[in-house]
Amino acid sequence: MHLRLEPRIDAPRWFTAVVTLGALAFALVLSGLIIWLVGGDPVKSFGHIVVAAFGSVGVISDTLVKATPLILTGLACSLAFRMRLWNIGAEGQFLLGAWGASAVVLAPILPAGTPAIVVIPAMMLAGAAAGGLWGFIPGVLRARLGVNEIITTLMLNYVALFWLEFWVFGPWSKGGFPETEPFPPEAWLPRLTDFAASFPLLGGLTVHLGLIFGIVVATIMWIALERTRWGYEIRLIGDSPRAARYAGIDINRKIIVVFVISGALAGLGGMSEVAGVVHGLQDRISPGYGFTAIIIAYLARFGPFRVILASILFGALILAGREIQPSGVPAMIQGIVLFALVGSDVLIRYRIRFDRRLATA
Amino acid sequence: MDPTTILAAGVASGTILLFAAIGEIFAERSGVLNLGVEGMMLIGAVAAFSIALTTGNPWLGVAAAMLAGGLLSLVHGVMTIHLRADQVVSGLALTFLGTGLARVLGEGLSSARDVAQLPHLTIPLVSGVPILGPIFFTDQSVLVYLGYALVPLAWLWIGRTRPGLHLRAVGEAPAAADAQGIGVYRTRYVYVFVGGLLAGLAGATITLAIYPGWFGDQTVNGRGWIAVGLVIFAQWSPLRAAFGAVLFGAIFRFVIDIQGVDVILGFENPFRAGHSATFFLDMLPYLMVILVVVIGSREAVRKRVGAPAALGRPYVRGERGA
Repeated sequence: MHLRLEPRIDAPRWFTAVVTLGALAFALVLSGLIIWLVGGDPVKSFGHIVVAAFGSVGVISDTLVKATPLILTGLACSLAFRMRLWNIGAEGQFLLGAWGASAVVLAPILPAGTPAIVVIPAMMLAGAAAGGLWGFIPGVLRARLGVNEIITTLMLNYVALFWLEFWVFGPWSKGGFPETEPFPPEAWLPRLTDFAASFPLLGGLTVHLGLIFGIVVATIMWIALERTRWGYEIRLIGDSPRAARYAGIDINRKIIVVFVISGALAGLGGMSEVAGVVHGLQDRISPGYGFTAIIIAYLARFGPFRVILASILFGALILAGREIQPSGVPAMIQGIVLFALVGSDVLIRYRIRFDRRLATA
Repeated sequence: MDPTTILAAGVASGTILLFAAIGEIFAERSGVLNLGVEGMMLIGAVAAFSIALTTGNPWLGVAAAMLAGGLLSLVHGVMTIHLRADQVVSGLALTFLGTGLARVLGEGLSSARDVAQLPHLTIPLVSGVPILGPIFFTDQSVLVYLGYALVPLAWLWIGRTRPGLHLRAVGEAPAAADAQGIGVYRTRYVYVFVGGLLAGLAGATITLAIYPGWFGDQTVNGRGWIAVGLVIFAQWSPLRAAFGAVLFGAIFRFVIDIQGVDVILGFENPFRAGHSATFFLDMLPYLMVILVVVIGSREAVRKRVGAPAALGRPYVRGERGA
């Protein structure tokens, strides 16, 4: 018997969904097996994740807080990946965004006492601009000089981290510690718990406005990709660059634009994290959100609303994973999930045929 | 800090990049881009360190590292060769997987000290040669000498032997190679595996020879990605890769060494350890990678030499344009 892969023209949506969920399930079983092999208790570990991430209203709120930076960086990656532009630099763009937003308060660009209605938009703008600049560099190098964007974005991640560390350890350091003075309350994004005076049920819920940023951006991105000519061109470049060139689309220009937007979204994620959660700048502000974002984009198959769902899932893993031993387990699960997704693609792109006759070789 | 010491240390440190880059050159020459070098190096590093620690034999550690890197690379092989998965994403997944696995396996190792290291050798006669002797042949790890041997061997293998010709054929024109009776899939598996072996060896070079110890996922610290960048700069040639590896090895060492200096040319050293300006120094290797990749890309365009034609593309027999 001979196995043959036959390309599918179009896989039905339900089939793609089933395969994706199947891959996810497979990855979790495999991860459990490895946890068991290294002497852990997979049932307890996964049980812990579910309870610690979704067990009560309070922890669901914490999960959403962890999901927020993932949504924005995940959208950043999805947009670039949709065009088959490998922006692996969401991590660095996130860090630069966090730095840019902090600069508004710490440099300071706006004087102390400026009302929140001015400070918050200024921080959003500064964060997005700094992230966008960090996206512009690999974008322009790729479009104008043909430089591989995977290498440049990755290297810029390291540069961004050292840049952040310089400011956190140096000019903005609070007494030599790797953190800055806390932001004044005008620079805090509103949280649900801030309304506890009127609605006592919201007390302790730390979900902040950044989640709304994520939902709004996802909506705009969906409309832009699915309902505009601009989005159609991006999808066309992603599916068939040659057809796009024949259609007269300026691909190089699109590369730069998409890279800047992608970087700006990740930068907004960084802003939302410093203004919504940390209320200051630290060197360890990201536990690798920008890298998890890559997996999220893939799990969501670049769909903006699906990015939100995937982010909640990985937010839960990061939140609850902190207490799981050994500590590398969450990172390992992420790798296995991505592999399962990549491998499962074969089922979506090809129909597997079994030929009973011998292959005529 | 005299230049010979820096260069000698740079050569030692560059050996790490050298093994990884040559491994990646083999894989890419067969048409398979493997972005999992960082992950394979980490797995190799942790395997080498833990086996050397438990058995007391560093050579067993090296063997374990190569095996671990090789096995991990086969996952990528199956994904990209048989399942025709996207090579970029599969390679990224490999890095995630390798990093996570290495952290799981390396739990508790960071407190371990005094692992049995590989021997250092001084080669008689040649070590007496002025300048070159102290840089290349004095008190270097055996793995460094292995690196010296690997460069010309890899170059000869790819450019001057029949299997090397087959390797290039599979990477440039798989359909033609297939028609000649060369097993495209088999060749790709072999060289992806060789890439994994060498990445694992690169990991072992870190933990057992050049920077002994296990520092979690900081152990490799982006060197796997730098190796991938070096391959572009080297235009898929082992000789140029050797040059790049020594250059970056020297830069990495320089960044560490200059932090111990108090005075430079009569001025107080702004990059002394503890000063926040050292963070700009830390950026240097990564910025340099961007620079050399830009140079490499420019040159590739100008000279019309480039990546193997089939790099990144799965081979499907009978498909047009494959």
